[in-house]
Amino acid sequence: MLGSLRHEIRIARSADDVWARVSDAGALHEWFPGLIACTVDGSTRVITMGSGISMPEEILVNDSAQRRFQYRITAPVFQHHRGTIDVIDLHDGTCLVVYSTEADPRTMALVIAGGTNDALKELKRQMEPGQTTTDATEGSH
Amino acid sequence: MGRKILFITTDQQRYDTLGCNGGTLARTPVIDAVAAAGVRYERAHPQSVVCMPSRSTMITGQHPSTHGVWMNGVALPETAPSVAEVLQQAGYRTAIIGKPHFEPFLDPFAKFPENGFARNGTFGPHRGFEHFESATHGAVGPLHYARWLASTHPETVGMFYPVLDGALEVNAMGGGDTGAPQAWSNAIPRDWYHTDWVADRTISWLDGLAADDDWFCWMSFPDPHHPWDPPASEVGRIDWRDVPLPDGYPQNAAEREAILDAKPRHWRAWYDGRIVSNYEAPHDWVPATLTADQIREVNALNAVECELIDEAIGRVLAAISARGWDDDVDIVFTTDHGELQGDFGLLFKGPYHVDGLMRLPLVWRPAPSAGQTPAAVSRPVGIVDLAPTFCAIAGLPVPEWMEGKPLPVDDTDADARGFERVLTEWDSMLFGVDVHLRTIMRDHWVCTTYQPGYSHDGTEGELYDISADPLQQVNRWDDPSLASLRSDLIADLWDHQPVQQQPLLPVEAPV
Repeated sequence: MLGSLRHEIRIARSADDVWARVSDAGALHEWFPGLIACTVDGSTRVITMGSGISMPEEILVNDSAQRRFQYRITAPVFQHHRGTIDVIDLHDGTCLVVYSTEADPRTMALVIAGGTNDALKELKRQMEPGQTTTDATEGSH
Repeated sequence: MGRKILFITTDQQRYDTLGCNGGTLARTPVIDAVAAAGVRYERAHPQSVVCMPSRSTMITGQHPSTHGVWMNGVALPETAPSVAEVLQQAGYRTAIIGKPHFEPFLDPFAKFPENGFARNGTFGPHRGFEHFESATHGAVGPLHYARWLASTHPETVGMFYPVLDGALEVNAMGGGDTGAPQAWSNAIPRDWYHTDWVADRTISWLDGLAADDDWFCWMSFPDPHHPWDPPASEVGRIDWRDVPLPDGYPQNAAEREAILDAKPRHWRAWYDGRIVSNYEAPHDWVPATLTADQIREVNALNAVECELIDEAIGRVLAAISARGWDDDVDIVFTTDHGELQGDFGLLFKGPYHVDGLMRLPLVWRPAPSAGQTPAAVSRPVGIVDLAPTFCAIAGLPVPEWMEGKPLPVDDTDADARGFERVLTEWDSMLFGVDVHLRTIMRDHWVCTTYQPGYSHDGTEGELYDISADPLQQVNRWDDPSLASLRSDLIADLWDHQPVQQQPLLPVEAPV
């Protein structure tokens, strides 16, 4: 059963600056709380979570023109997974970052989305030095 | 030296499972004796009928709207106030042993301190508890009991019911003799089961205290929450074939369904398997398939678990007695919420504010040195009143952030201090299904309003006269003769509603 959730956050920094951070596939653990390591080999990325569990991922899209990064977790526990990060230029020197998660089983979508919410807050914190962060918002279906 | 506090909680236990409350299935002589020597509450309601919000109410003395844990899977902020912290600052030694569940269990990113202690081999401190030793319903997960079992008796780990299925949904798999969902034969020896483990660890912690320490010990049993998988060696205590069906279970399907049809539509929708609005109700289980024998078996297994808890409490009380503390220990026994257990043909729990889920066992035996006369209190009280009670026992002022009041010791005391109503709330938003209830219990009426959501347009409600209709089988929401009463109850409900914390805290996991 598919679960689909989304978090978004507005960051007071140019889309290009934020995209430079988001598109660096091997640096995810530097702004995703709960990840302790991240290695990239071609289109394969392996993340290690704070619980010690490692997950292999396939990078599907890293598109600087659209500013879209998309990947899927390939561990067998997932029937389906898509993680999508969009950086949308708001043309006022700020951008909107949308982190979407689809997963089957849907329980994993909820658990991962709990992490992506924190990741967006941390990304904002890092990209806006001296700013306090508010919760990212969420939608689901 | 002040009064010491043993706070005993169970998980998902009905009011009528105790002998002192009229229960006839489980033998609970220990709690019955505690009740006979203290105050027994006949109308104690939780402020939420699921674990995390209700347990957060216990520790904060606040309604879910205030502490912010508005559904399971929302973590209680680490900055939330804690009665344990208040007591610790007053010099109390503090511990929680057993099921905490202030933070989600499903935690692959290792975000939550509650799940980190066992992983790191530590025992707190956390939320004002100097000792934090955790357990939940089975042998998996990042909690102390699971780690202990896996390291000392690894062969038993697979004996428990698998709470989640292959799709990571709460398991609908049937077991036992009748195929009842979450019924299971567990070969684990009794001594290694979590009920006895919680008691053992409690005794061990108490043994480490000095004789003149003041202490607050929250002993939190994971049972009788499903899965119903007590040690197989104990199941023979009660033959399910001899178990009577509950009064709340109309045996005739047409009668049962007519009762459900008179309630807001999510009742029947769940029964028919069209909506599941609570993650902890197995997604793939259809309540309409529940048989009378399955209800008998679930109730038998549940009663066995209640008996094991009662016996475990007896061991802890004996250890306290051996320390010479009898006269100075307050004992408070309750649970976080109830269980439908066959009422209306349903099991488990969800957004259903009826007695099966809302009427809780609550017993307070004040320290004998306080000289309190035993009593029964019929006026409404809440779980929200526990934290203020602990402060009062310790001789501390009740902090302003607590929303309850110290429990009354009898009805006269209750009337004098305004125990007129108790409120319960439900909010959930999970995979596109949202449900929002607000309930007031006042006088002999239970009134629930529904806010717009997936199944409701905001006009629905429930109104029950619990003196004339103790099983809540006649929904009088649309009874024109009660229109004025209904308006009065709703006005009272909103007049006393805590302000909802905004923005809502994020849902981090399903549970």
